[in-house]
Amino acid sequence: MALRQTPSQTVGPYFAYGLTPEQYGYDLASIAGGDMAPPDVEGQHIRVEGRVFDGNNAVIPDALIEIWQADSLGRYAHPSDPRGSNATFKGFGRCGTGTDKQSRFIFDTVKPGAIDTEQAPHLNVIVTMRGMLLHAYTRIYFADEPANATDKVLGLVPADRRHTLIAQPIGGNAYRFDIHMQGPDETVFFDI
Amino acid sequence: MNETFNPRDWAGQPAYIAPDYKSTPLRGPTKPLIPLPQSLSEITGPVYGHESVTGDDADLTRNGRRNGEPLGERIIVTGRVFGDDGRPLPNTLLEIWQANAGGRYVHKSDQHDAPLDPNFLGGGRCVTDANGVYRFLTIKPGAYPWGNHHNAWRPNHIHFSLFGPSLMTRLVTQMYFPGDPLLALDPIFLATPAETRHLLIADFSLDATESGYALGYKFDIVLRGRHATPMEA
Ligand SMILES: [Fe+2]
Repeated sequence: MALRQTPSQTVGPYFAYGLTPEQYGYDLASIAGGDMAPPDVEGQHIRVEGRVFDGNNAVIPDALIEIWQADSLGRYAHPSDPRGSNATFKGFGRCGTGTDKQSRFIFDTVKPGAIDTEQAPHLNVIVTMRGMLLHAYTRIYFADEPANATDKVLGLVPADRRHTLIAQPIGGNAYRFDIHMQGPDETVFFDI
Repeated sequence: MNETFNPRDWAGQPAYIAPDYKSTPLRGPTKPLIPLPQSLSEITGPVYGHESVTGDDADLTRNGRRNGEPLGERIIVTGRVFGDDGRPLPNTLLEIWQANAGGRYVHKSDQHDAPLDPNFLGGGRCVTDANGVYRFLTIKPGAYPWGNHHNAWRPNHIHFSLFGPSLMTRLVTQMYFPGDPLLALDPIFLATPAETRHLLIADFSLDATESGYALGYKFDIVLRGRHATPMEA
């Protein structure tokens, strides 16, 4: 490698007006928010919500969660996906946990399709916050997807930790996915 | 699928748990990360190019104006964005946010007793050109106190956020200024391994300085680069 990678530093407590200005009521346009899929986007419209907990099991009200996902047919809106994607769906969402009374992140989106035959439908997640010097990656799978049983990534995860990657239906079109930074149910984070 | 990216340079990155930075011990993951092979989910990522930047987004001395100019020292912050393979990254979005000249963030939870500036927001965006070059015009941010320990002050800094070409290249970092005496005391900066700390400090640049207008600082950013020889599937 010709050059050394720039080190990461924490996003800190004051990212809101830079990264999520509209959500927090600042006078700058956001490039992305929690509403990822306007009504005309094809697919099953779902809500994914959850909270982030620290090592004392306290709810974290200043985390930043980002979602990267395929469209309902499993296609990414990115030049490396040769299939192209639903042009009205960008596949990226961003939500801070500082505006909801319960400190939830809330994403309104469409359920992604399977991107290939080896992986069940999933959302790719970036977790960061004050107190993290480097972001962490995880994935959100859906409890009602039979393909989870043969997913190659879940297969890499010890069986007793897989549940930390599975969003549970909570009625209507919604799923809950809580993130535990530490503790007995520490969410599985990946080195990608 | 044959595009892959170089691995994260773990030896040059801060650890998740850095006890002197006191909010890390309860917030950083404690279990080993599980390595994933690079699939389409990892080599793709959010695409934000020129269409995501408009008007004065890269000029923080203008994008928050209400009734005049912001106070403080105007500066130019410019540099190039590269992959660690040495190739510049064109059309790459940078998002920045920072305190004003008095060391105060617009953020509602910032309780520091320094004045807000009605003409300064402190958030901005820019996209790199064909050569990977970006350029912001802004106000030099002030130092500010924080609650980490007694008499703790953050060095002057600007927060940066980049996606780069894939999910794996995501970077959130901070740019510091040369010669700042607070760097030697800052647990966030010092959590970075000694061998890579200098990569977080901008260089004063007379070339980037505009005569009669603003001092220039150069800050290059290196993301994970594309792998030279594709790995076996
Ligand atoms: Fe800061």
